Amino acid sequence: MTRWLPRTYLTLIYILLYVPIVVLVVFSFNESRTGYAWGGLSLRWYEALFNNRAMVNAMWNSLWLALSAATVSTVIGALTALALHRYQFRGKKLLNGMLFVVMMSPEIVLAISLLALFLLVGLQLGYVSLLLAHVTFCLPFVVITVMARLSGFDESLPEAARDLGASDFTMTRTVLIPVIMPALLAGWLLGFTLSLDDVVVSTFVSGPSYEILPLRIYSMVRVGLKPEVNALGTLLLVFSLVMLMLSQWILIRSKR
Amino acid sequence: MHSVMQQPFKTAVLILVWGWLLFLVLAPNLLVVGASVMTRDPATFLSLPLNLDAYRQLFDPLYLEVFLHSLYMAAMTTLVCLLIGYPFAWALSKVGKQRQLILIFLLIVPFWTNSLVRTYALKLILATNGLLNNALMSIGLIDEPLQLLYTEGAVIIGLVYLLLPFMILPLYSVFEDLKQELLLASHDLGAGRLSTFINVIVPLTLPGVLAGVMLVLLPAMGLFFVPDILGGSRNLLVGNVIKNQFLDARNWPFGAAASIVLTVTMAFLMFAHRLSKRRIGEEGA
Repeated sequence: MTRWLPRTYLTLIYILLYVPIVVLVVFSFNESRTGYAWGGLSLRWYEALFNNRAMVNAMWNSLWLALSAATVSTVIGALTALALHRYQFRGKKLLNGMLFVVMMSPEIVLAISLLALFLLVGLQLGYVSLLLAHVTFCLPFVVITVMARLSGFDESLPEAARDLGASDFTMTRTVLIPVIMPALLAGWLLGFTLSLDDVVVSTFVSGPSYEILPLRIYSMVRVGLKPEVNALGTLLLVFSLVMLMLSQWILIRSKR
Repeated sequence: MHSVMQQPFKTAVLILVWGWLLFLVLAPNLLVVGASVMTRDPATFLSLPLNLDAYRQLFDPLYLEVFLHSLYMAAMTTLVCLLIGYPFAWALSKVGKQRQLILIFLLIVPFWTNSLVRTYALKLILATNGLLNNALMSIGLIDEPLQLLYTEGAVIIGLVYLLLPFMILPLYSVFEDLKQELLLASHDLGAGRLSTFINVIVPLTLPGVLAGVMLVLLPAMGLFFVPDILGGSRNLLVGNVIKNQFLDARNWPFGAAASIVLTVTMAFLMFAHRLSKRRIGEEGA
């Protein structure tokens, strides 16, 4: 096959993938109200966005939720990965299986199962229910990221630490944690982004007391076009991009 | 002896991990299974007696039609993703290593971007007076705007747009592992291009195809916000039905039964994926 054919094909698909994103960004600076025609450069939608108190509030709620969900899931995920890597225990396969099921099962299945649980135990839907749900769906991704790092790790180091009399806790703190640090950061960033973007699970487990950004956007875009959403989408895009580059940079740097 | 010292740490870690997973993964899933065989109750959501009415309701012609239509749209989405993704992953695996990293990065950037916002961006393009119609009219290809939004096609486009990377990445990884020697051997043994493709490349990339199908087909039945934004009320997914049963109609048994259908489909696909991998393992050995 000639060389230009695959290249043209790749380029074409990339263009198709990026056209909607470019349209979104360009239209976020559009003066026009109707949304489809170009009416000159303007920052009015960004202004409208930040003057919308409910929107700003939802933004803070989302950020706080993503921060806490990413942190909790990184701690639990890292401990899970360490346990799976170091310890032999009964039901290890079941544990692995449950993580795999969480990762593979459609989000909506996880969503309704958690809703059923929360209502059954009488948990008020709001920040706590969102946090529990978000940590649960972030967990497998953190575990995988940390496990990947641990699998390429020289086993003689923890052995040496133990021979020198370090307890398991001390050894974990002084030897293992520094080694898996890049994976922890990458896992945290992944969890942060997953939490910030989630719509499906949040739709089910959030209550009126704690409104978050994706649900606010959802209620806006269901009815017609809202130019503020372009502005918000652009900000989210830039934000995700920075986070993604940060995590890639950490991973690549740690491999050297 | 450090075995005594390590015990409390190990115990604490295991209790935390097991506690979390048993309480937030196993218990809720068992709850859904339980809910599906109970009776609908407006006050307490669920009540006895146990029965299979919810599963019977799945075959109610009204819902059966929605499910089949959803399955059709999901299947089309998967097929389109496969048709686009297979040659894409192949071409990608042939690019130089350095450039490959950049291209993969570019592929996952959209995936890291809010999916709701990206679905909304498609609306800007597909609307009656949207960009695509305007462009087609200005070059004189059409005289009147086409109805693109609120159609089955719009839902499929939306789903493909959101799910394509999930098809490409597993395919890319099998193409990366594809050993050039095998292709050369096939060629040396006198196989033509087509024969090499059918007898060597397709079977070896099958696990990637199945992994991609698994990652696309199931979400394509569950992402309820895509039809909400792009599809109108006539192009619903199983996800819309489940959401409606849980949040609006308050018929938990039926919603649970519908979600179990999704889970069973997932189990079936995972089984097929395992099988295909094992077959290759044996042939490779």
